[in-house]
Amino acid sequence: MWAALQFEFMRNAILAGIIIGILCGIVGTLVVVNRLVFMTGGVAHSAYGGVGLGIYLGFSPFVGATIFSILNSIIMGIFTIKDRRRADTVIGVLWAIGMALGIIFVDLSHGYASDLMSYLFGSIIGVSKKEIYLSAIFTLFTIFWISFFYKEILAISYDEEFAYIMGVPVTFLYFSILILTAISVIIAMRMVGLILVIALMSIPPYIAEVFTYSLSQMMVLSSLLSIFFTISGLWLSYKFNVSSGACIILVSGLGFLISYLLRVFVRK
Amino acid sequence: MNSENAIEVEHLYFSYGNTVVLEDVSFEIKKGDFCVIIGPNGGGKTTLLKLILGILKPDKGKIRVFGKPPHLVKHKIGYLPQYTDFNLSFPISVMDVVLMGRLNKKGLGKKFDDEDIRKVEEILKRLGIWEYRYAHVGRLSGGQRQRVFIARALATDPEILFLDEPTAGVDPEYETGIYEILKELNKRITIVVVTHDIGFISRYAKSIACVNRRLVFHEEGQITKEMLEMAYECPIDLIAHGIPHRVLPEHKE
Repeated sequence: MWAALQFEFMRNAILAGIIIGILCGIVGTLVVVNRLVFMTGGVAHSAYGGVGLGIYLGFSPFVGATIFSILNSIIMGIFTIKDRRRADTVIGVLWAIGMALGIIFVDLSHGYASDLMSYLFGSIIGVSKKEIYLSAIFTLFTIFWISFFYKEILAISYDEEFAYIMGVPVTFLYFSILILTAISVIIAMRMVGLILVIALMSIPPYIAEVFTYSLSQMMVLSSLLSIFFTISGLWLSYKFNVSSGACIILVSGLGFLISYLLRVFVRK
Repeated sequence: MNSENAIEVEHLYFSYGNTVVLEDVSFEIKKGDFCVIIGPNGGGKTTLLKLILGILKPDKGKIRVFGKPPHLVKHKIGYLPQYTDFNLSFPISVMDVVLMGRLNKKGLGKKFDDEDIRKVEEILKRLGIWEYRYAHVGRLSGGQRQRVFIARALATDPEILFLDEPTAGVDPEYETGIYEILKELNKRITIVVVTHDIGFISRYAKSIACVNRRLVFHEEGQITKEMLEMAYECPIDLIAHGIPHRVLPEHKE
C-alpha cells in the first residue's frame, strides 16, 4: 500500500475515496431512511442517457449525466410525492428509457467511445485534481444544507404528514433531498460507475442504521464505513489488478453480510 | 360561523380514484367536546381525519377548524397518526421524536433551545416516560411507544387534539391509562379520537360520529344499536355485562 502511495493517481484516488465516502454516507442515509433506494437506482441508470447524449453531441458526458439525473429525479419526485404506490412503475419506466436512449446515442456516435466503460463501472484511478475539488465543494455544501435544515429534514424523513402539520415546507425539502441525491450519484459514479453506485449509497447506511440512535450518528457511521470500504476496495484492486469499482462494492457487500450475521446471532 | 364550534364540515365529498370514500358528510364538533369517530375498517375514518387536518384535499365541500381552513390553523392542532405508519428501524430517540412537536414554534433552521427541552421534559414526566428519553423509539413496547407519540402531539400545545387509533398495539392494561390522560386533557382542549374499537371509549365520549361512507352524528356519548347497524351494515347485539362493555356482531352464514 505504501509503495502505491508514491503514485500521484493513487493519492488522488484515496483522497477522492474519502470525499465520496463522506458524501455517500450522508446522502445515502437520507436515501435509505426515506426509502428512495429504488429511485436512486433509477436516477443513476437513467443518467446513462445523458452520457450518450454528451458523446453524441460532443460535450462532456458528465455534464449530460448531471442534467439527466437532476431532471429525472425531479420527474420521479413529482410522481412520488403525489402517490407513493404508483411511483415504482414510473421509476422503472424512466430507468429503462434513460438507458435505452444512452445506448442509441452511443450507437449513433461515430468513432469508438473509448471510455464508455468508465461511466458504467467507474474509474477512480483516473480522477483529476479538479474533480476532487468539485466533489469537496459539493460535499461541504451538502453538509451545510443538511445541518441547517437538520430538524426539518429529520421530521419529514420520519413522519412526513406530521411535519406538514407542523408547518415544515415538505415539498421544498423533499425536492432538495432528491437533487442532492442526483448530484451525489453523478459524483459517486466517478468512483464505482452508474451501475454500482446504488450499492455504495445504500449498503453503509443499511449497516449503520442498526447500530445508531439518531440520524446524525447514522450519517457519521455510514461515512466512516463508506471510507473504509472504498479504501480497502481500492487497495484490493491495486493488489490483484482488478476493477476498483467492483472491488469496492464486493467489500461493502461482505461488510453487509458480516453485520447481518452479527445482528442475527447477537440478538439471539 | 358559530364561535362555539371547533370543527365545521359541510357537504364533504372525497374519493380515491373511482372509489367514493366519503359522501355528503356534514357535522359540527363543539369546543371542549370529546368526540369519538367510529366505523368499520375502510369506512373512511382516517380519511376524514386527514381531510380535517388538511393532509388531504376534499373533492367538494367545506372544512373549517376554529373558523378557518385547516392549513391556516396548523399551530393549534395536535395529531397522533396511526401506529402502523411508523418505520420502527428508523434510528431516533424518544427525545427527538417528541421535540418534533415543537417544530411549529421554531423558524426554519433554528435550533431547539432550553425552553423546548423543558416543555418536553414536563410532558414526558407527566406521561411517565422521562426515563426512556434516550431510548430508541423502535425498541420500546407498544404501550410506551404510543405514549411517546401522544407526548409529541401534546408538545405542540394544541387547542384540539386528533388521535387515530390511540390504543392500537397497546397492551389492554395501558388502554385505560391512555384514556384517563385524554380525559384529563379534555378539561382544557377539544379531543377527537378515531377508533374501530368501541370497548372502552363509550365511557369517555361526549359525542359520537359513525362513519361508513356517510356520517351520522350523535350529540350524546351513547352508542346505540341503530348506530352500530348503520356503521357496520349488519345486525349487532349489544352486550353490556361488566366493564369493559363488549359488542359482538351476530354470526351469520
